[in-house]
Amino acid sequence: MTIDWLNFTPWTSLAGGALIGLAASLFVLANGRVSGISGLLGSFLQPGSEGRSEKALFLLGLLIAPLVWGLFAALPLIAFKSGWFGLAVAGLLVGVGTRYGSGCTSGHGVCGISRRSPRSIAATITFMFAGFITVFVLRHLLGS
Amino acid sequence: MRKLTAFIAGLLFGIGLLLAGMANPGKVLGFLDLAGAWDPSLALVMVGAIVVASVPFSWAGKQSKSLLGAPMQLPVKRELDVRLIGGSLLFGIGWGIAGICPGPAVVLLLTAHWQAFVFVLAMLVGMLLFTALEARRAH
Repeated sequence: MTIDWLNFTPWTSLAGGALIGLAASLFVLANGRVSGISGLLGSFLQPGSEGRSEKALFLLGLLIAPLVWGLFAALPLIAFKSGWFGLAVAGLLVGVGTRYGSGCTSGHGVCGISRRSPRSIAATITFMFAGFITVFVLRHLLGS
Repeated sequence: MRKLTAFIAGLLFGIGLLLAGMANPGKVLGFLDLAGAWDPSLALVMVGAIVVASVPFSWAGKQSKSLLGAPMQLPVKRELDVRLIGGSLLFGIGWGIAGICPGPAVVLLLTAHWQAFVFVLAMLVGMLLFTALEARRAH
């Protein structure tokens, strides 16, 4: 293993993480809800589900974040590494998988681990492991 | 008031993702590439988030109502099951292919990249597929 020092951004990543933690804290303290984006999207897709307008407003804030950021600074670098087919397959897997697994990086990885939930700890280990293996297979075994 | 706090929480969450580098699929893949030139940044995103959120969540876990009077709705299930692990495996494979998870997917929508639309469309189809499969299972 070699560390990519050139792209390593410890301070902005820590600060961004702290901001994510602050947002999740606000949502649970004020609204009594977990900031799990896949769950919020799932509810949004179900008309008449509980608390749909509150959840939609959280998603709206998330959606316009780059526009608000753009008022003050240029957006950070955004580089996609896959073509349309890879994006479509990945999107499908992320959609189905997060619903079956009841959460994603935010709901399990941030909120669940903060709650010390055994399910979330197991889910986070599982999707991290699957992510590491997938990148290894795609980049180093298949060489794409 | 709860609508306002929901909106602010979402906005802060999105700004945090942008600042952290999570909204850059290339950076996420750099974190997932242990065997290549590894960028450990995203481990620090989780550390930062969990350090900040742990005390509020442990306090929230002992309350029945939020500060604004909403019912506290934290998940109560603790047992592991096949759906949790299987679903998380599928999610991790998808995450490893494109380097995008649901939060950043929403943030990326309005950054003028066509790739974000393809990903989000497929992700929503996947979520609806889950709902359809669940409805069939219930019959």
